[in-house]
Amino acid sequence: MTNAWTDIKNTDLVIVMGGNAAEAHPCGFKWVTEAKARRGAKLIVVDPRYTRTASVADYYAPIRPGADIAFLMGVIRWCMENDKIQWEYVRNYTNAAFLVKDGFGWSDGMFNGYDEETRSYDMDDWEYQIGDDGFAMTDPTLQDPRCVWNLLREHVDVYTPEFVENVTGTPRDKFLTICEMIGECSAPDRVMTSVYALGWTQHSKGAQNIRGMAMLQLILGNIGMMGGGVNALRGHANIQGLTDLGLMSNLIPGYMNIPRDTEIDFETYIAGKANPPLRPNQISYWQNYSKFFVSFQKAMWGDAATEENDWAYDYLPKLDVPTYDILRMFDMMSKGEVNLYFCQGFNPFLSFPNRAKLLSALSKLKLLVVMDPLQTETAHFWQDHGIYNDVDMASIQTEVLELPTTCFAEDEGATVNSGRWLQWHWPGATAPGQAKPDTWIMSNIFLRVRELYRTEGGVFPDPIVNLNWEYEDPMEPSPQELAKEMNGRALRDVYDLADPQKLLVPAGEQVSTFAHLRDDGSTMAGCWIFAGSFTPEGNMMARRDNSDLGDTGTFLKWSFAWPLNRRILYNRASADMKGRPWDPERTLIEWNGEKWVGFDVPDTAPTAKPEEVMPFIMTHEGVGRLFSRKMMVDGPFPTHMEPFESPVENVLNRKMRGNPAARIFPGDLEQLGTSADFPFVATSYRLTEHFHYWTKHNKVNAALQPEFFVEISEELAAERGITKGGRVRVWSNRGQVWAKAVVTKRIKPMVCDGKQVHVVGIPLHWGFMGAAKKGFGPNSLTPFVGDANIQTPEYKAFLVNIEPAAEEPVA
Amino acid sequence: MARPQFSERGDHIASHEPIRVSRYRGFTRANHWVTAACLIVLAISGLALFDPALYFLTGLFGGGQTTRWLHPIVGVVLFVSFALMFVQLWRLNLPRREDAKWMAHIGDVVKQNEDKLPELGKYNPGQKFVFWGMSGLIILVIVTGVAIWEQFFPGLVSIPVRRIAVLVHALSAVAIILVFIVHVYAAIWTRGTLRAMTRGTVTGGWAYRHHRKWLREIAARDNKGPAE
Amino acid sequence: MKDTASGPTTAVSNPPVQPTEAYFDQGDITRISATRNVPQPDRELTKLAKLIDVSKCIGCKACQSACVEWNDTDPGVGENVGVYENPHDLTPDMFTLMRFSEWENPVTNELEWLIRKDGCMHCEDPGCLKACPAPGAIVQYSNGIVDFNHDNCIGCGYCVTGCPFNIPRISDTDHKSYKCTLCSDRVAVGQGPACAKACPTQAIVFGTKDDMKAHAAERIEDLKSRGYDNAGLYDPEGVGGTHVMYVLHHRDQPGLYAGLPEEPRISPVVEGWKGVTKTAGLAAMGIAAVGATLHGLFARPNEVEEHDEIEADRIVDGQEPRDGGQL
Repeated sequence: MTNAWTDIKNTDLVIVMGGNAAEAHPCGFKWVTEAKARRGAKLIVVDPRYTRTASVADYYAPIRPGADIAFLMGVIRWCMENDKIQWEYVRNYTNAAFLVKDGFGWSDGMFNGYDEETRSYDMDDWEYQIGDDGFAMTDPTLQDPRCVWNLLREHVDVYTPEFVENVTGTPRDKFLTICEMIGECSAPDRVMTSVYALGWTQHSKGAQNIRGMAMLQLILGNIGMMGGGVNALRGHANIQGLTDLGLMSNLIPGYMNIPRDTEIDFETYIAGKANPPLRPNQISYWQNYSKFFVSFQKAMWGDAATEENDWAYDYLPKLDVPTYDILRMFDMMSKGEVNLYFCQGFNPFLSFPNRAKLLSALSKLKLLVVMDPLQTETAHFWQDHGIYNDVDMASIQTEVLELPTTCFAEDEGATVNSGRWLQWHWPGATAPGQAKPDTWIMSNIFLRVRELYRTEGGVFPDPIVNLNWEYEDPMEPSPQELAKEMNGRALRDVYDLADPQKLLVPAGEQVSTFAHLRDDGSTMAGCWIFAGSFTPEGNMMARRDNSDLGDTGTFLKWSFAWPLNRRILYNRASADMKGRPWDPERTLIEWNGEKWVGFDVPDTAPTAKPEEVMPFIMTHEGVGRLFSRKMMVDGPFPTHMEPFESPVENVLNRKMRGNPAARIFPGDLEQLGTSADFPFVATSYRLTEHFHYWTKHNKVNAALQPEFFVEISEELAAERGITKGGRVRVWSNRGQVWAKAVVTKRIKPMVCDGKQVHVVGIPLHWGFMGAAKKGFGPNSLTPFVGDANIQTPEYKAFLVNIEPAAEEPVA
Repeated sequence: MARPQFSERGDHIASHEPIRVSRYRGFTRANHWVTAACLIVLAISGLALFDPALYFLTGLFGGGQTTRWLHPIVGVVLFVSFALMFVQLWRLNLPRREDAKWMAHIGDVVKQNEDKLPELGKYNPGQKFVFWGMSGLIILVIVTGVAIWEQFFPGLVSIPVRRIAVLVHALSAVAIILVFIVHVYAAIWTRGTLRAMTRGTVTGGWAYRHHRKWLREIAARDNKGPAE
Repeated sequence: MKDTASGPTTAVSNPPVQPTEAYFDQGDITRISATRNVPQPDRELTKLAKLIDVSKCIGCKACQSACVEWNDTDPGVGENVGVYENPHDLTPDMFTLMRFSEWENPVTNELEWLIRKDGCMHCEDPGCLKACPAPGAIVQYSNGIVDFNHDNCIGCGYCVTGCPFNIPRISDTDHKSYKCTLCSDRVAVGQGPACAKACPTQAIVFGTKDDMKAHAAERIEDLKSRGYDNAGLYDPEGVGGTHVMYVLHHRDQPGLYAGLPEEPRISPVVEGWKGVTKTAGLAAMGIAAVGATLHGLFARPNEVEEHDEIEADRIVDGQEPRDGGQL
């Protein structure tokens, strides 16, 4: 989230697209109802199904799964056409005026320089024209045909309302009504918020869906505003914390990168992170990368990380591929290239796509270790459960260890919510049986492995034996110790860089801001963005003062939000070029002539002059990007791409399948189905009665939604002879499931590219373990392909077929 | 042999000195008293649930819960028992022409102007009224009773139907109790009647006074019976 | 005592976290089933109400799970029968139920998914209490809460017959009637009902009836501004008003919401049954019994006379009376 849950109450218009907030985020959704009740805010829902969110919406429009980019580009086109633009914002706070290299171009639904062989673009020309001064060239009049604004105008030209209707299935009048509602929010005193979730991310072009909305919000001037922003509703109480702490194969904490194998030494690595500003006076905060990185290395290896050994740079693993994401790992596993798999806080056997492939992959492991509070399907993948897990047990030789862990309610620590709030929590119950905290388990494994390395040596024992492990109880580091470590502290006295006499942090003291981190080895911080969460004043995450100065919804004294307790990112953009709030009713911060003051922690240097320093301090340009340069492998502008399995061809390029820049492994491509065999679009989703695959273990949740079902329209039911509550078989080119049929008016067939398109809704939540009736997850059906940029599997649009099935035989 | 018109085949002169006429055989009497006992239990338990002022009567059965489950079960027993009786008694309870005259002279019945009354068969119209009244009402209470029998038939009928059922049940039950009072009182007021249901016989005088045609038919059968 | 709750707290405000003494108890009962002349308490509590804003409800069933948790019931794992309602109806273990209705609005041609939390309405004039034959099984407090006292319940099901909203359910196992208690045990110590506490969108709020009506008025105004011209409060007069009220977008058509009654009232049949039938019936039975007794005491019994015996002899034995001389 750029903003916070509590900030949604400040909005005028909520657009829920690519998500179903009421269903999947009912507690956070209270802030939407708050905005509606107190501000008269309107709620728009665009979704293939009439969802629980739609049931309380002011306006609903259907959309074909996987057609969101066409919709969003259509809205941008409409705004440009109808002058619904926050002009001053666009001119100054976005890269609209920046000139792009001549080589960049777009035709037949693709950008220049595509190589079919490598499934990638040559991105060299996806860049600004650089002037002699080393800065990007701009045309503030927006007249130059190569300026981003004109390129964007050209790019979205094809997305007429007719085109949008044809591709998305959204009726034209509904699309235009929504355009008008959105367009009103281009006024400086009208603000829209976008809330989305996995309905946008789980596509082969998921990141581009979100880009589309981010661009729209920039054009409307809604980024940085109270009640605005682009807000990812995280699907798990601590999934934000997962990415913050770099639990991705290519990240280290604080959104820093694991080195690639081409970055052979520290110098090479850090040279790539210099991040010089692309415009004069801009902050380009990532210039400080080396401070955060060295502090991280010091946190990891303490005294073993020295200037002489390049801060133990060699201790870090080096990636030979962009990522070892879950799809790649399971692909390798299915080829027998993985022996041991540690599965912690995950139920991949139901969460990852193409269960048949997962079964074959897990069956090839020598050892599978599952750490979980519950008996997961993953831990029992080898068990025969009739049709629900039809395996030949004798043929599976994988040894499985289940290590019971505590669950969130049984341990202490912080979780990071969607709004980046680190909220400390305390155990509500004692863990049952032999359950142990994950930290206890990991520590015990680590200490034993370290002992083995110490006594027996190894190829390269240094990173293990030198790992900094200074905890009071090495067997179980306390949550406080870990939190303090992540926050960081001074190892030596830290002085002000501008005034070497001024002592900022005495040695041994917790830092209160990442501005105090240094790359000379005098500081350590496990996760630089968490700096300020555990200061000399104590645990900021445990604060529970719900006073709200100015009734802004910032709640600065409640817990801690990274970075630096800032509640709304880019909040500098809520004020104009003179530092006056665009909307006096929504004063967040303002320039008092000397510095920024207000109700939130300013997202800029406190004394950064408004007319000089632009609001987007993390970008090189200082402005928001309508044109994303080389940041994304599938294009600097979002362009309409069909899902890999689509009922219709891509009208921009009928030969193109899916996202041309997305990775797909051999074998998986062949397993894609066609609309001839699988005529219906399936989409997966959550139900509010359950949380993932956890709550089916709980009798109460299981009572409220006991059995796996699929949802179809009355029209499809009639076409296939399916009755309400009857049993059906649903199958894709990868597998089949049996389910009860919920026949509903809430799903309607739509017409796309001249074809009638039926949608089959497939909720998750059921498996073969737990209290609820046995069932299936959608992953028995879904394709093994992910987003081109971040590899999130394409769960939201794939092809299936459906037929009535006989009642389940009574055993 | 043709069916007797005014009597059952089993009715006979039990003794001549003095004359005793057998009116009900043992089975019928037992049947009657089971029915009566059920009806009394049902009336008490039903009244307990009918009016809060009488709720204390549930104490006789061990409390409200017991009363609640016992009442309908006894109801079924009564129904079966009464049905058995019905099979035995219905024929002679069919109305006859002389009944109308008796009814027209109901005042003389009360005043005991016997000479103004017609001769009757085994049952007078009052008894027939009790019989048919009970028959009809018992069908009503059993049908409505099942409809509101929460323990075994909770969803048998819709709630609006259930409301009507409970009302009809109450009204029928009241009517049954009224008929019951008439029945009991008539048996007491008309001296010599009770023994018909206790010992099974009545005196010749009683038979002559109240059911002369019945007596005549039995007597006729008695006279030629043994001779043939 | 300082921590004593002075009255109800709304779900919106933070209830006290310190233990509090009950602010109402048995002494505040104003009506008791099957009991005449209930001594009226000296004080009258402020009337309470739970307000369910159907237009804010997202059908998440948090209320259902909170209800199950608080009341420690076990509705059991059922099956899917093609709808979102689970369990499929109110049960002795499920005191509240989200009911989902799909309705195509003929005026706007738009689909509406109307989701109503069903459960006891806590009528001011409760049909269940009226119908109940068991003294003390159903009580009403002066704040409006209608509560079942299971110690006194006999499981006859008359409350089912009496209820205009089809709410009470009789347990198959203990043969007692169950329904929402409005969390009288929580409310008594200053907490709101469990469902209101759990409701994430504050579609369920709780407080004094006056406050709830005022809150509803605001909500209705908001709904009217969004084009729901017939938005209104469901607080049906037929049962004297209710202590669970709904804000409906379509107050003119309550039946759309899974058959919410248009004009609920205690059925005239039930009124007749518990009213005139009872009085008239008892009177008739009493008169009959007394009449019979009096007649028996004062009237001449119908006795068999001597000549009846003689005539009988004549008929039976075909002879003149043997001792005719005695005449």
